[in-house]
Amino acid sequence: MSTYRTEILLCGGTGCRASGSEEVKAALKEQLEKQGLQQEVRIVETGCNGFCAQGPVAIVQPEGIFYQKLAADDIPYLVEEHFLKGRPVEKFFYKEQAGAETIPVMGDIPFYARQELIVLKNRGAIDPEKIDEYIARDGYLGAGKALLEMTPEEIIEEVKASGLRGRGGAGFPTGLKWEFAGKSEGDVKYVLCNADEGDPGAFMDRSVLEADPHAVLEGMIIAAKAVGAHQGYIYCRAEYPLALRRLDIAIGQAREYGLLGEDILGSGFRFDLDVYRGAGAFVCGEETALMHSIEGKRGMPRPRPPFPAVQGLWKRPTVLNNVETYANVGQIIHKGGDWYAGIGTETSKGTKVFALTGAVQNIGLVEVPMGTSLREIIFEVGGGIPKKRKFKAVQLGGPSGGCVPESRIDTPVDYESIAQVGAIMGSGGMIVMDDRTCMVDMARFFMDFIQDESCGKCTPCREGTRRMLEILNKITQGRGEPEDIELLEELSTMIRDSALCGLGQTGPNPVLSTLQYFRDEYEAHVYEKRCPAKRCPELLEFVVDPDRCKKCGQCAQACPVEAIQWEKKQTASIDKNKCIKCMSCIAACPFDAID
Amino acid sequence: MAKLTIDDLKKIKEKAQKETSLRSGEATVKVTVHMGTCGIAAGAREVMDALLEELAESGRDDIRVVNSGCMGMCSSEPNVTVEMMGQEPVIYQHMDRNKMRQVFKRHILHGEVQTDFALARMQ
Repeated sequence: MSTYRTEILLCGGTGCRASGSEEVKAALKEQLEKQGLQQEVRIVETGCNGFCAQGPVAIVQPEGIFYQKLAADDIPYLVEEHFLKGRPVEKFFYKEQAGAETIPVMGDIPFYARQELIVLKNRGAIDPEKIDEYIARDGYLGAGKALLEMTPEEIIEEVKASGLRGRGGAGFPTGLKWEFAGKSEGDVKYVLCNADEGDPGAFMDRSVLEADPHAVLEGMIIAAKAVGAHQGYIYCRAEYPLALRRLDIAIGQAREYGLLGEDILGSGFRFDLDVYRGAGAFVCGEETALMHSIEGKRGMPRPRPPFPAVQGLWKRPTVLNNVETYANVGQIIHKGGDWYAGIGTETSKGTKVFALTGAVQNIGLVEVPMGTSLREIIFEVGGGIPKKRKFKAVQLGGPSGGCVPESRIDTPVDYESIAQVGAIMGSGGMIVMDDRTCMVDMARFFMDFIQDESCGKCTPCREGTRRMLEILNKITQGRGEPEDIELLEELSTMIRDSALCGLGQTGPNPVLSTLQYFRDEYEAHVYEKRCPAKRCPELLEFVVDPDRCKKCGQCAQACPVEAIQWEKKQTASIDKNKCIKCMSCIAACPFDAID
Repeated sequence: MAKLTIDDLKKIKEKAQKETSLRSGEATVKVTVHMGTCGIAAGAREVMDALLEELAESGRDDIRVVNSGCMGMCSSEPNVTVEMMGQEPVIYQHMDRNKMRQVFKRHILHGEVQTDFALARMQ
C-alpha cells in the first residue's frame, strides 16, 4: 500500500485539448512509468482551468506550481527534473511578458488572483468524471439540505433572498421564476437546463459542463423539488462532444448513488434527468423554440404568453434556466441566500462568468463579482491588449448585445449598467477589439450570423435582417449610399419592435450600438469610401506610404503572391496587378504604412 | 451500489477529501527527500518508497512529501528534511528504509527528533 505524494492537475478542457493536452497526458503517463513514479505521482485530468490562452496548462500539487504551454516533447525533461529530481522547471512557468520575472505559483498570477470563484470553484481542481471528488468539495450537500430539511416554499425564499438572476442573459430573478412554476396547476411539471450556448465567442456553459457537470445536476435537483417536478432535460448542442460525454458520465454516477431516481437520499422525492442533443440552431437557445425542439418539432419560437411557467414543454408548467444559473444554486442552498447576496451590487448579486476573447492578452474563462468594471476585467484580469495596440471597444452579449467603447470602459458589470450603455450582460461573451477592428465590418459579421440563423417564421426577422445585411455588405464594399445609414436605423427599429422572439428583437443591436458610438466610421465608409481601421479590402488602395515605411521588409515576407518589391534599405512597393488583396501585408506591417 | 443516505454522502465526502487533500487540505508537516543525482545514486528512491508506505499506513492527510534537488552535501546523501509546523527543520543524513521508518514513526508522528541520524538543525 502506498499513497501519492504529488498530483498533476492537467487541464482537459476543450481549449487545452485543442492545443495538445491529450498528447501531453499520454507522454506524462509514459514518462512517469519509465521513471517508476506511477505509484507516487498521480495525473488528474480536470475540466477547463480557465487560462485557455496559455494551454495546455497543468498545476502541480501540493506546491501549487503552474505550468503552461506544455508540449509532449517537453515531458521527458519535465518529469525527470521536477518529479524525479524535485527541481521545478522555470522555462514552463508563467511570465507577465517577455523578459519579466517568472511566476511559479498559480495563486500569484494576476489572471487568477483577481477572480472570485463560485460557479467555477471546482475548475481545474477536480476530476469531473469522479463524483466523489465533487462530493469532497461540499457537492450535493445543498441538494441534501433542500430535499431533507426544506419545504419547496423555503427553497424558493432562499433563492429569492440570494438575489440570483438568470445567467442566460435576460436576468430574470430565478426565485420568482420558480415561484410562478411552483404555483401553476398541474401534476406533471418539467425542469429544463438551457445548454444551447450559441453566441460566437462564448464558451462559459461548455466549460462549466466539462469541468463540473455535477454542479448543474445538483442545481436541477433543487429546482425540481422547489417546483414539484420529477423529470428534467438538459438541452445541449451536439457540437459539445466532451461536455455531453461528461454529462452522461455524471448522470450515470448520480443514478448509481441514488442522487437521481426514486427516493433520493431517503427523502421520498423522485427526480430523473435526460440529455437532449440539439443540432446547433442558434434559435433553439430561445426558450419556446428549445421546448419545440425537445418535443421533436422544428425549433421555432411561439408568442408569449402563455409563459413556460404556465404552459411550457408538452403544455406543462416548466422551469428553464441556464447552465450557469443552476451551477450557483447548490451553493446558495448550502451556504444560504444571505451569503450569496453579500457579493455583487445592489441589483445584481453574486458573480458572473465571462468568456474573455479577442484582442486581449489572457484569453480564457474568468469569474468576477458583479460590479467589477470592464476596465478591471480587460486590463487587469485580461492583461490588456497585445502587441501594444490600442483598445477600441468590447462586444458584450453576442449577436443580441452591443459594444462598449473606450469612453464607457469604467462601466461596472451589472445588468442595469450594461444595459444603460447600449449593450446587454448576455450570457457572458466578451470580445475585446483593438484599433484594427472595423466596427462596420463587425456589425456586418453579426448581422450575417443572425440572418443565417433566423428561423424564418416571422417576416421582420427573415426579410429585415437580410436587407440589413445587404446594406452592410454594400457599405463595406464601398458602394454605400448617403441614405443607407438612416435606412439601417429605420430597419433596426422596425425589426426590434415587431419580430416574434428575442433573436429577432435583439438582432439589430450590434448595428444600433455601433451606430451610437462609431457613426463616424459608417460615414467614412459611405461618404469617403475609406475604412479607418483598414479592414475592408475593397476600400483599401494597397499603397505603401514612403514616409511611414521603415524599409523592414516584413510585408514582402508576408505576401503569399510575391506582389511586393523590396530590397534592403529600400521602401517597399506593391504591384497592383499581382496583389490579391489578402491583407497579409497590412497585418504584418508594424508601422501602419500600407493604406 | 445501494442508495445513499445523507450520512453516506458525508462519509464519502470525508474519504474523498482525504484522497484529494493534496489540493486543498492544510499541511502541518513537510518532508523533503533530496533527490539530486547524488541522492538517487545513494538510495533516495528506496527512502522515498518507505516514506510513502508509512504515510499511507498512518492515514494522515496533513503531511506533504516533496522531492527536491541536491543540497550540496553529496557525501551525506540520502538526505531528508523534516519540517513540522512551529518547529525548526531537521536534516537527516545517510538515510535508508529502516531509518526513514523510524524517523516517520518517532519524529513525525510523536515529535521525538532522532538526533542519532540528524545532520543539523537549520537555524
